[in-house]
Amino acid sequence: MTESRTITVDALARVEGEGALHLAIEGNRVTDVKFRIVEPPRFFEAFLRGRHFAEAPDITARICGICPVAYQMSAVHAMESACGVTVPQPIRALRRLLYCGEWIESHVLHAFLLHIPDFLGYPDAITLAGDHPDPVKAALTVKKAGNAIVRLLGGREIHPVNVKVGGFYTIPERARFDALAEDLGAALDLLTGYADWIAALPYPEIRRDTPFLALRQGAEYPYCDGRLVSTDGIDAPVTDYERVIEEVHVAHSTALQGRRLDGGSYLTGPMARVVLNADLLTPKAKALADGWDVEAHATNPFRSLQARIVETVFALEEALAIIAALAPDTEPSVPVSPQAGVGCAATEAPRGLLYHRYEIGADGLITAATIVPPTSQNQQAIEADLRVVAEGALDLDDLSLRDLCEHTIRNYDPCISCATHFLTLTVDRKGRPRAVVPSRLRGR
Amino acid sequence: MQPRSRRPKLAVWKFASCDGCQLTLLDCEDELLAVAGQVEIAHFLEATKAVVAGPYDVSLVEGSITTADDAARIRAIRRQSRRLIAIGACANWGGIQALRNMADVDAYMAQVYAHPEYIDTLETSTAIADHVPVDFELRGCPIDKHQLLEVIGALLAGRRPAIPHHSVCVECKRRGTPCVMVAHGIPCLGPVTQAGCGAICPAYGRGCYGCFGPMEAAHPAALTGELAALGVDAPAQHRLFQTFNAAAPAFQAAAYPEPAEGRR
Repeated sequence: MTESRTITVDALARVEGEGALHLAIEGNRVTDVKFRIVEPPRFFEAFLRGRHFAEAPDITARICGICPVAYQMSAVHAMESACGVTVPQPIRALRRLLYCGEWIESHVLHAFLLHIPDFLGYPDAITLAGDHPDPVKAALTVKKAGNAIVRLLGGREIHPVNVKVGGFYTIPERARFDALAEDLGAALDLLTGYADWIAALPYPEIRRDTPFLALRQGAEYPYCDGRLVSTDGIDAPVTDYERVIEEVHVAHSTALQGRRLDGGSYLTGPMARVVLNADLLTPKAKALADGWDVEAHATNPFRSLQARIVETVFALEEALAIIAALAPDTEPSVPVSPQAGVGCAATEAPRGLLYHRYEIGADGLITAATIVPPTSQNQQAIEADLRVVAEGALDLDDLSLRDLCEHTIRNYDPCISCATHFLTLTVDRKGRPRAVVPSRLRGR
Repeated sequence: MQPRSRRPKLAVWKFASCDGCQLTLLDCEDELLAVAGQVEIAHFLEATKAVVAGPYDVSLVEGSITTADDAARIRAIRRQSRRLIAIGACANWGGIQALRNMADVDAYMAQVYAHPEYIDTLETSTAIADHVPVDFELRGCPIDKHQLLEVIGALLAGRRPAIPHHSVCVECKRRGTPCVMVAHGIPCLGPVTQAGCGAICPAYGRGCYGCFGPMEAAHPAALTGELAALGVDAPAQHRLFQTFNAAAPAFQAAAYPEPAEGRR
């Protein structure tokens, strides 16, 4: 039997940005998989040239309305690295707190409002709320608590205004953080109360063995610092990012040749972080991860939902710990004078590693910018997953298969607005060996 | 509650953007389920895969027009929409991606893409109103959620949204924030920027950076003299306006006072 059929989704729903899916099937074989990014380009890396280095956090925030803190954090750390500045511990702690807020709101948005409807067969969370109002209402409460952190410390939830190279413009009064802590504690209890409900969701059984890549800092679960580590042996400073990713690609296109899962891919994001930093989770998050045996299920992409919940619990506990230990009378920022040079940084966005690299002149003006968002890095692995999932489910009718493929893509919480400037790679992939990051970097 | 079929149909559309303005709707944690009870969410891809065919009573449009396909798509959306609201700086003025309008797009392509020939893009990023009639423009990068709820509520009630057109300065006065420019010598675009954010930046000790775009009858030329007096040199003054609303006519004059190389 050589029945051929094509599954196409022109506009993926419940993802951030515009994406499309194309799947070609011949008989019992998937012959073509494309997770296409159709979002039009906006040229951030081009118009960043000539801007002042202090403008980068506000400008790059606009790459993504869902993870603006991640862009601001990668930008400020890259600029501080270029200028030879390390911020003092109290500022570092507040940056982690801000990042906790973004993880909470982004993870809960994705898990409950965008992803769980797939597991239970609903088109969206609003319809889900018709039959299951309590978890949806609980999720909105937890999400709000995360947003409240970003709102207090950042000034507003989307495109916060209080972040600058060197620290913050202002540190809000202590009492306002304490008020926040009450809501965060309540959110923590509320969310952990749904652990059994989440564990009982029907998880499709899929196995794939893509290596994971994440930051690892050694003393704390990673946000803004650490080394690049992977499950297949990478251990390198972030300054080696472009070299490491080259090596990852080269190594895997050799080692994995002949395997059905494509060579060269790796995954970043919640599951990668949990696997590589499980020992650094806070107590309740650790108990949840152990109880769910998240690490043992890491080869199943559908279990990423649980990793995201574990990280939400972590972020709530971490935020509470940071607030409890806030240093009094902290200077909001340290001065940063521009000096000619190169600075790079990677931080852990909700969806995975976000790498920024800038060259600046002695006048503080940016002369080159490179931004590698998480979804660009995950794109190849998403396509590999789609192939595995689809080939295991070819007896489904087109509509059910399409739903399953969309569910598979949502496992990664893809952030397509961010990934847009990787459009060429999607196109490049036709008919020649796949590259993750390197071809683009070599093109510079 | 009205029967389901009688609820107004709300659609949310995305063009070139960061998704932040439509996310504002999902950030209405206290109001989201209530809003969903009042309107039929007929098209909102960021939130649901259920799509109801048009026509739509209200379309919220995020993002700017940067491709020929999108120029055709917004016309089709307009034909299906009784009311069309452009939300946010991208939809109102072309957004930060409109910086290309004053640059050489071919050079931009070469800087970002290894294979520019694969890229389908227009040389400009333009506002929704440059392509179709728009019933209301909600300002902001991003929009403010209280203003968004006010617009949706007003449309449901059949009245005009109560959105102020005065400057951010008024909001600082109301909030009791001392003027950062007068008190601390911090450059601020508040005097020429439309209110709506709640004057967040000055409350956090920094100058307004104009993300809500020019207020009605803004006169940036009067402000640039003050900026110069605070030691902001001409290129830095221009950059202050070359951000999220750079293509708004009142800001464009301040952002690009002289013909620049590559300018069309």
